[in-house]
Parts: sequence; C-alpha cells; structure tokens
Amino acid sequence: MKNKSLNRNARKNFVTYGLVIAAYAILQTMSATGSMSSSLKGMLVPICAYVVMAVSLNLTVGVLGELSLGHAGFMSVGAFTGVTAAMSLQNIVPSPILRLLIGMVTGAVFAAFAGVLIGIPVLRLKGDYLAIVTLAFGEIIKSIINNLYVGVDENGLQLSLLTNKMALADGGKIIINGPMGITTIEKLSTFTVGFLLVMLTLFIVFNLVNSRSGRAIMAIRDNRIAAESVGVNVVKYRLMAFVTSAALAGAAGTLFAMNYSTIIANKFDFNTSILVLVFVVLGGLGNMLGSIIAAAALTILPEALRQFADYRMLIYAIVLILVMLITNNPVLKGYMDIIKGKLTGRAKKPEGPAPEGGAGNGK
Amino acid sequence: MTFLNYVLSGISLGSIYAIIALGYTMVYGIAKMLNFAHGDVIMVGAYICFFAVTRYSLPPLVGVLAAMAVCTVLGILVERFAYKPLRTAPSLAVLITAIGVSYFLQNGAQLLWTPNPKVFSSVVGTGRLALFGGQLTVSYVTITTIVSCIVIMIALTWFTGNTKMGKAMRACSEDKGAAQLMGINVNSTISVTFAIGSALAAIAGVLLCSAYPTLVPTTGSMPGIKAFTAAVFGGIGSIPGAFLGGLLLGVIEIFAKAYISTQLSDAVVFAVLIVVLLVKPAGLLGKQVSEKV
Amino acid sequence: MKHTARKMLTFAMVLTLLVSLCSVFALADGDGAFKVGGTGPLTGGAAIYGNAAMNGAQIAVDEINAEGGIQFELKYEDDAHDAEKAVNAYNALKDWEMQLSLGSVTSAPANATSAENFNDHIFALTPSASAPTVIDGKDNVFQMCFSDPNQGGASAQYISDMKLGSKIAVIWKNDEDYSTGIRNSFMDKAEELGLEVVSETTFAAGNDTDFTVQLTSAQAAGADLVFLPMYYQPASLILSQAAAMGYEPKWFGVDGMDGILTMEGFDPAMAEGVMLLTPFNADAEDDATVAFVEKYQELYDEIPNQFAADAYDCIYAYKQALEAAGATPDMSAEELNSLMIEQFTSMTFDGLTGSGMTWDETGAVSKSPKGMVIQDGAYVGLGTDAE
Repeated sequence: MKNKSLNRNARKNFVTYGLVIAAYAILQTMSATGSMSSSLKGMLVPICAYVVMAVSLNLTVGVLGELSLGHAGFMSVGAFTGVTAAMSLQNIVPSPILRLLIGMVTGAVFAAFAGVLIGIPVLRLKGDYLAIVTLAFGEIIKSIINNLYVGVDENGLQLSLLTNKMALADGGKIIINGPMGITTIEKLSTFTVGFLLVMLTLFIVFNLVNSRSGRAIMAIRDNRIAAESVGVNVVKYRLMAFVTSAALAGAAGTLFAMNYSTIIANKFDFNTSILVLVFVVLGGLGNMLGSIIAAAALTILPEALRQFADYRMLIYAIVLILVMLITNNPVLKGYMDIIKGKLTGRAKKPEGPAPEGGAGNGK
Repeated sequence: MTFLNYVLSGISLGSIYAIIALGYTMVYGIAKMLNFAHGDVIMVGAYICFFAVTRYSLPPLVGVLAAMAVCTVLGILVERFAYKPLRTAPSLAVLITAIGVSYFLQNGAQLLWTPNPKVFSSVVGTGRLALFGGQLTVSYVTITTIVSCIVIMIALTWFTGNTKMGKAMRACSEDKGAAQLMGINVNSTISVTFAIGSALAAIAGVLLCSAYPTLVPTTGSMPGIKAFTAAVFGGIGSIPGAFLGGLLLGVIEIFAKAYISTQLSDAVVFAVLIVVLLVKPAGLLGKQVSEKV
Repeated sequence: MKHTARKMLTFAMVLTLLVSLCSVFALADGDGAFKVGGTGPLTGGAAIYGNAAMNGAQIAVDEINAEGGIQFELKYEDDAHDAEKAVNAYNALKDWEMQLSLGSVTSAPANATSAENFNDHIFALTPSASAPTVIDGKDNVFQMCFSDPNQGGASAQYISDMKLGSKIAVIWKNDEDYSTGIRNSFMDKAEELGLEVVSETTFAAGNDTDFTVQLTSAQAAGADLVFLPMYYQPASLILSQAAAMGYEPKWFGVDGMDGILTMEGFDPAMAEGVMLLTPFNADAEDDATVAFVEKYQELYDEIPNQFAADAYDCIYAYKQALEAAGATPDMSAEELNSLMIEQFTSMTFDGLTGSGMTWDETGAVSKSPKGMVIQDGAYVGLGTDAE
C-alpha cells in the first residue's frame, strides 16, 4: 500500500514536470515563430516568478500548514538584494546571464536569512497569531527599504538609512534610492531562466516533500503533539520548510525585479502577499500543479479582461468569489463525483495526505 | 505637556482603531473567520453617511442611522451569498472569499461613487475640549469615539452574557457541533453576528471619517489592516482586548513618530507587535488555550 | 470529493487560460487615424489622476477629430499605479498597434513603461509623470509637466525671493517618489539660498491619517511657513488638523495640491491663504481654459485638475508636431519616433499649462510655474509684487 502511494506521488510529480516542460516548449515555439502577442510575451517572466512564489508559499501553507501573510516580504528582500548584487558586479562580471544567476543566488540567500530571522518568532506562535507576525514582517521590510539608500562606487557598496548621506566617488551610482526604489535595472531576466527556476523550485519542493523531512513536516501539520511525542524535532522541521520557502521566494523576487527597469518597495506589500495566497488556495493546498495553473491563469485573467475597462477588477472579484463558492459547493461536488464515477467506472479512493488541513489547525 | 498631548493624540488615533477592531474581533470570536472585507464595509458606511449629510442635508443622526441600516443589510447579503455557502469549507477558502468581497466592494464603490476624494463633515462637529487652560485639547470626535467604544463594549458583553441569542453565540464560538446538538441554529446565529458586526462597521466608518475626513473607495483598507493588527495585539476574540489593543497601537504609533522617527514609525509599530506576541503568544488579553492531546 | 473539486477547478482554469490567450491575440485594425495610447491608474487609490488624464486627452481628441484635419484614435489602459501592470498595459497597447504614446500618468509606472518606449522606439510624451528618472537617458521620452527637482527648486527660490517665511517646516511623504523628489531638490536649493528649515517630518501610505506629531513638531520649532510637497488628499487632512490645533502658519504647496478646492464637501476656508506653484488654473479667464473647463464639466461633471490639462496639452502638442512634420497615419511607430524627436526639440508650443513651452534633448519641458494663492475659495495669481 505504501509503495503504491509513493508511486502515485511520483507519477503525479512527473506529470507536473512534464506539463511545465510542454508549456515551455509550446510558448517558446510560439514566441520564436512570432505568433505571440506582446501582451503574452511580456507576461511570461512574471508568470514564472509568480509560479515560484505560489509553489514556495504552498510549502508553508499547504505542506507545513501555517498561514503566511508576508510572503511578498521575502520576495522584496530577494528582489532588492539580488538586483543590488547584479548591478554592482556590472563591471566585474561581464556575462549578463551569470550576473542574473549571482543575483538570484544572493536574493535567495538573503531571503533565507530573513526567513531564519522571522522563523524564530514564528516557531513560538500558531494560526492567526503567526499570520499577523508574517504580515508585520512584510510591513517592516517595506518600511525599511523605503528608507534605504544604497550606492556603489570603486570603494564598494555604501549604505545609508533615512536620508541619502552617501558620498559616492566619481563614477559611482545610486542603486537603491529610498522610495524611488531601483530605477535603472538592466532587464536580464528571460523566459528560459524563469522556466529553469520553476523546474528547480519543483525539484526542491517535491524532493523535500517526498523525503523523510517532508513526512516529518506533514506529520507536524497534521498533529504537532503526536509528531513531537514520537521524537520529531518540531523546531527543526518547521524552520526547514519555512526557510526553504523564503529562499525560493527570494530567487523569484530577483527574477521578477530584473524583468522590469524599475522596482519599488511598495510593490511587495500586503496585497501582493494576498495575491500569492489566492493562487495557493485556488490551486489547492499541497497541490503544486494547481498552484502553477492558478498562478498562470490569475496573472493572465486581469489582462484578458481589459476589454471590460472599468468593470475589469469588479469582474475579477466576482470570478474569485464564484470560484471559491463553486469548488466548495457540496451539491456540485457530489454531482461531479457521480459523473466521474460513471466515466471511470470505479469508486473514488481517498487521497493520500489530507491537503486541506490548512492554517488554523492544531487547535 | 507635549508628552501628554502626544498621549492624547495617540488615544484619538487608537480609539478609531479600537472601534474598528471591535467589529473584527466579534465576528472572529464567533464565526472564527478573518473578515477582510470589514474595512470595506466601513468605507460603505462612511459613504452612505456622507451622502445623507452632505448631499441631502439630513441631520447627522439620520446619516448615522442610514449608514447602520445600509451596512446591516449589506452585511446580511454578503453573508448570505458569499460566506454562508462556505460554512463547511476550510477556513482559507472563506478567507479568500472575504478578500474577493473586499475587492468587489472597493471596485464597486469606485464605479458608483467615482475615485474622487470627498471631504466628510464630522457628525459631531470639529470642536475641541480645552483642558488646563488650553494646553491640552481633546477633540469631540475622540470623546465620542471613546464613549462609543465603551458603550459598544458594555452592550456586547451584556448581549453575549444575558440574552438568548448572545448565549447561542457564545456556544457557537466554543463548539459549533455541540451547539448544534443543543438545538442552537448555528447558521442563523452566525448570520446575526455578521449583521451586528456590519452595523458596528458603519459606526466605525462614520467616526473614522469624522476624525480623518478624506473619503475615497480605499479609505477602509489600511485602517482595516491596522485594526486587525490591534485585535490580534489585544488577543483576537476578546472584546476588551480589541479596545486595549486599539488604544495601545494608536499610542505606540504616535510615540514612534514623535520620539523615534516619522519615517520608520510603521516598522517600529510592527516590531513592537512582534515582540509583544513573543512574550504573550495569544495577545495581551487572549486566552492561552492549552492543546488537548 | 476534494480531488474532484480540484480537477474541476483545474479544468476551469485551463479554460480561462485558453480564453485569455485567444483574447490577447485579437488585434485591432487601423483606419486613417494616428493611434495614441497611454497607461494610467484608472482603478485603485490613484484612479483620480489616471481618469483625469484620460478624460482631458479624450476632449482634445474629440475637438481635433471634429475639425476634420488630423485624426486621432485614443486608447487608455489601466495600470493601477503599478509598474508591472503598466508594462502589461503598454504591451496591450502595442498589440493594438499604438503609434504614439502618452507614456504613463504616474511616475513609478512611467519609469517602467518609458524604458519599454525607448527599447521599442515608440515616442512618448507623458502628461504628468514628473520624476527625472522617467526621461533620463531616453531620447524619445518627453514630459509635459515640470520635473520634480525643477519644482522643488522653483518653490525654494520663490519663497526666498518673496521672503515668505524665515523658519520653514517641511512635511513630505517618504514612500512616494513625487514627494521625495520635490523635497530633495527643495532642501538642496533651500540650503543654497540660506533658507532655515527648522522641522522636517514625514508620513507614508499606511499612516497618512494622523498628522499631530508632524504639526506639533513644526509648531514647536516656530515654523512660520510649512512646505507641503504632496498631493491634495493628505494636504487637506493636514490643513484641517492644523486648523483644529489652532496652528496658522503660511502654507506652500506644489502642483499636486491643485484639486483641493474641487473636493466634494471641502470647506474652502481651510485652504484660505495657501500658496502653490502650478502650471494650470481652472479659474483662469483666458478663452482656451474657460472652454476646456466648461466642456470637462459638462462631460464629466467635475472641475478638471492639472492632470486633465496636461493630457489635453499633450494631444495638441502631438497635433502641432505631426502637422509640422507632415506625418501621415500610415507611418510606422518607428518613423514617427524620429520625426517627433526632431519636432519636439525644435518647436514652441502654447497650451493650457503654459505658453512658449520648449523641450530640450533630455525631454524636459521648460515652462514657468505660476504662483497662486487661494483667496475666498478661488485661485488668484501671485504676482511678483505680492506680499
């Protein structure tokens, strides 16, 4: 039985990899043959970034079972540190792709560090109290970066807080300029790098979930006390999931930022955290493929609704509510089960791990 | 005196957070859901009062009552169509729906009432009470807000403690399943909770805009988040906790601006929040429920 | 059960995805008119600015089209005051085959779209994105408004020349580039001119309701003039809270202050004596302004602000430049791009927001701000002999 469920998981993971590769191949072909609109082309990189955000948040919310309202904070840390790294190495590392990679790694490392920092209080709290701490963290990051000035000259990086007190040598340049953020980003991100980051994210998350550590994390989600009583190190595993999630968000932040010529701290606010949370919930807790599809669909949806002009965001809101209502409607669910039963000719088996344990459990 | 003045302005700001937090905490305490649309119901209440008072020149009291009536109806409708079908759904599904409702109300308000800011005229006048020969002043809005908070607190405490419906609410809050078995109509109890919460939101909206008179479709969202923070700070679900949390948050915010830095005040406020939660993981007045094994 | 629901949802989303893909493919056709596109916040907290610009531009387009000469087709896309959405909006306009761009209405999104304009060689004339970074290093991006440093410096100069105040307080919004940009150049110029700044405080998006601390600080430092580089929404709160405190310094605002008198329910007495530098004045009595204000009020039921006037001017500036260059609507965006760069750096334009406007190679406009003071609920020109 155990083997069978493992196989099923592995099969599911391969389907996810396969679909992502297929989507990449199709989109890349369309792009190469010129049959893709500028709109869609412009959304490819942000979609990749949001997919990574959604999958990594799913690790916290779906697999670890803790509600986080500050995921955009990690994205912000990653975006600003990553871009700073890539920009200050402009004269030292000539290869743009290498600079982007260094940027992404830097972003991931700093975000992971922030994850450890915030993970320590997180470990003491549960449910909604944990959610508010993550929200507070996101706001603190935003507030700090809005008052941060970073410049680079031949002597290296210079930092100042609150006002621009830097005395840059000739030829030096300001990188982060307080509320104006970074305005002269080289657009290094490409769809291919985005795709590779998505694949890497999936690889890390799937391997973590299907490992001994992953089972420990899920055991903590399902029943912390029981897990603790059989000797699972709760602190270690919760921190592991949380920090992995933060690091991936940091890399996604760098990818996202380097797709635009400008980035400001206010972009990564509470609303962005909520947006990513919507992807995760809509895609299904613990369901990585769902997160990918939800992130892609909900990034494109507002663009596709442009023809409705003023009513666009109103329709978006209605769609959001209706989707939640329909997918949670017991009557419709039962109806679908009957259809599905008839189509496949067999009764449904219960799923592996209960994916909807969600936040606020462990009461 | 400057210090005392800062304390007073902290209390003014805090009293606004407190009155919004009361609505948040009440709905949370009973329905166990974070109603992110609460801030937007506040905004709707303020608009209704604005139109009644400024456009149609009705007396302020009528404006407040109209806002309460409209918000109650709005709360019941939202509950009926968006939240009620999700009674058995996971809590996150309800959270996302509430966010959808929030977007809906904001964008709807923008289409209906245009994004142009309106200036709300205070329902209690702009006068101030001078103390110590004018060295300290408290605005009437602040006094009204604090009195309203206390009245609402007492009323809610009495209501949940002494009426049949109130007791039913407390039962639902403790254990929905057991409440059902005891013959309580859990569904309608939660609906009533939303109706009351929305009426409170209307009062909060009117007082918010009386104190800080610019009214736009996004007026409710930031105070809503701050008030949610205040509610958690005080211990979510606890009615006195929301009041205390709101006041403290206001005072901390003003102190952070005055004595640390106006630029980093938000960071300071949230850092204090994190520290408090580390020391008291269930908020100031929240109950630390021990886990059953 | 849950599994089915998820399958269903997946199906629904794939469907949405497909529908979306189809709709982004739909391309528009051209018909003898210049296609002018712009992005701006039509929804969200900054929607008032985007809508004003869109409406102002639309009035100009309708007037010009009615004359029968050059024809314009105008399309505004929503960017919700966000760089990411602005690039999406810009791309949607590109799919619509935009030939000339009105850039973005607000600065942060404009920083992103102007880089795209530069890369794609699509000429841009932004009505109101005033940060210097919008035009910096881009030869085909021009501004109709003054740049922020220009305005901050001019304000300090004006205060100094007119001896309006000896002790100055500054309250600025430290998470907004518009406010920060003006503040920075104001401070630099103030130091140069020997103006004494006695108090400097800030606010940000999350705490822009209570200004007690900022006002107390200014009052305690004995400031007799308070400089407010911000939009009129927070400014109206500051004015009313200062009135409640009994603090009555002179107030000096910037062009974002324009609009304060048109807020529904605002008591004009609050703004009595507020001075500001603004390029546009809806109460001006010249024929062009009167006609524009009347038409705007008739169509949109409100008094136009400077954003509307700037966008209106942008369209007329395009008309003048296109006529002078002898451009035709069948030209590609790239051809128009070089023609426009040539025209804008050489022409002189008279509009609602200034006369004798010229542009230099960087894309910055040169026009002189008008000093205004609010008296009895109306703007009155502040001559050089005022005070």
